Amino acid sequence: MPLDDRYQLAFKLYPYERSTDQDASAPVRHPVVVVGGGPIGVATALDLGLQGIPVVLLDDHEGVGQGSRAICFAKRTLEITHRYGCGQPMLDKGVIWNLGKVFHDDRQVFEFNLLPEQGHRYPAFINLQQPYFERFLVDRVRTAQAQGAPIELRGKNRVDAVDVLDDHVILDISTPDGPYRIEADWLIGCDGASSPLRKMMGLDFEGRVFEDNFLIADITMKADFPTERWFWFEPHFKSGDSALLHKQPDGVWRIDFQLGWDIDRTEELKEENVRRRLDAMLGPDVEYELVWTSIYRFQCRRMKTFRQGRVIFAGDAAHQVSPFGARGANSGIQDVDNLGWKLGLVLNGTASESLLDSYDVERRYGADENILNSSRSTDFITPKSKISHVFRNAVLDLAEHHPFARPLVNSGRLSVPCVYDGLPLNTPDALPNGPARTRPGAPCPDAPLEQGFLLDHLGGDFVLLGVGVDVPDTISAHGLVLRGLTVPASGDIRDRYLGEAPGAVYLIRPDQHVAARWPAFDATSVPKAVARAIGKD
Amino acid sequence: MALNTAPNIPDPDGFYAELLNAHDGLSDDDSIALNARLLLILANHIGDRAVLTEALAAASKGDT
Repeated sequence: MPLDDRYQLAFKLYPYERSTDQDASAPVRHPVVVVGGGPIGVATALDLGLQGIPVVLLDDHEGVGQGSRAICFAKRTLEITHRYGCGQPMLDKGVIWNLGKVFHDDRQVFEFNLLPEQGHRYPAFINLQQPYFERFLVDRVRTAQAQGAPIELRGKNRVDAVDVLDDHVILDISTPDGPYRIEADWLIGCDGASSPLRKMMGLDFEGRVFEDNFLIADITMKADFPTERWFWFEPHFKSGDSALLHKQPDGVWRIDFQLGWDIDRTEELKEENVRRRLDAMLGPDVEYELVWTSIYRFQCRRMKTFRQGRVIFAGDAAHQVSPFGARGANSGIQDVDNLGWKLGLVLNGTASESLLDSYDVERRYGADENILNSSRSTDFITPKSKISHVFRNAVLDLAEHHPFARPLVNSGRLSVPCVYDGLPLNTPDALPNGPARTRPGAPCPDAPLEQGFLLDHLGGDFVLLGVGVDVPDTISAHGLVLRGLTVPASGDIRDRYLGEAPGAVYLIRPDQHVAARWPAFDATSVPKAVARAIGKD
Repeated sequence: MALNTAPNIPDPDGFYAELLNAHDGLSDDDSIALNARLLLILANHIGDRAVLTEALAAASKGDT
């Protein structure tokens, strides 16, 4: 099969270069190989590379594909990219929005405000075209490389075959210079929803198909729409069964139309037909230019397990959701955050391979939560029976006048990170009357410090956080050196980490999730919780 | 007691999914019958005649 581009590039970021591996007499072995140079693959390479772990990323293209695709990036994603050193450029480029309006036919049903909680470095959401998101990640890879991070991005390297053995994987790769072979101790599959790697390994990917098609049109226009999310059910302008208008950077607007199941794709994508729908929505006097159009369908599904021995899957390759709620790329970045430190501890011998089973358990739990939420949104937006349509419209009719019906209106439940409740790495909660939001398994909420923010000081390694309680500067446990951090019990930190408790000690994982918490520092409890959090218990 | 039209159902998405699941696979007539039974059960649970009258008025107004 020739190595032709399957799509046009927005940015050429990692042009093909011949690697010395291609001239080696025997296949070169690498600790970690990542397949797929999308946002999840590049973030994986970055996470590992910043830990000093040599990582080779293979992609069959030479950069980022065109099209805005994922456009809503959640606070948690920005916090994770902040830890990688590229959250700020995302925020600077992104569009911040808080207000959403829901319409039915020609009436506004209600509006909602995300009302982001104060005292966080990052907003609840930004809108940003996916190519920018990917470019900022690759830019960060380049500065990390300059500082010595052992990351290699190999463009136009297509994996054609894999041989998965007990303790390594053999990869056959095509390049413009012909084929070569390498070996990997660990292979991370980030090659997207149609993952060729998953298919090569013959692995399942089951779930629900939603029988609908959505037309995306990105346009630029001079019209003065506010920076809000507008969603129409059964819009009066008849451009689709539902419609969405959302602002992106560079004066670009994302417009989605729900087209139904039985459509002629080629016909619908013709410019005159796209324009007919847009004209009906925007009115005859609005001038606009088409930037990008696409028709997508989706499924909600996941692999049975995300780990197959030495092969680990992340992002869309492992789980796919509907776009409603922005749970695709955002959940993929959480996969990376979860996997990076675990693989790091396994590679340096601190933890055993079984720690990686907790990646599978925790992220399947997250995927199931995302699939549940995005399936419910889809069922509301695209009712599939007469009675579900009747109920949906009854909710919309009532929501205009009765507040009780508004929480039932579901045009997408926006992505929030899941709490790993009851999963094996957590130590049971030992802080009486502690806030539920910081219970073991929860991601740490940010909070302002006198200088900067709390999350600036968490992550990357294990931290013992004393809130109004002094903790030692360093603690050794099970081959790890914990960083101690003592912060005063005041303001948002008190609300978010103490509740009614006078003081607390938190064990925080490298992915900023709470592993354990206690009312006081106890030199015997901490090592036990550490052992549990790295799978030694 | 006046009709409560403030949000009052914990886990609204879960409730809505359960409601629709109850209709899964039913014919239109069977769905109508299920709705009628459900309405009568809930009305009995509420019990307050004045509230039921108010609820009927609120639901009828939506039918425009």
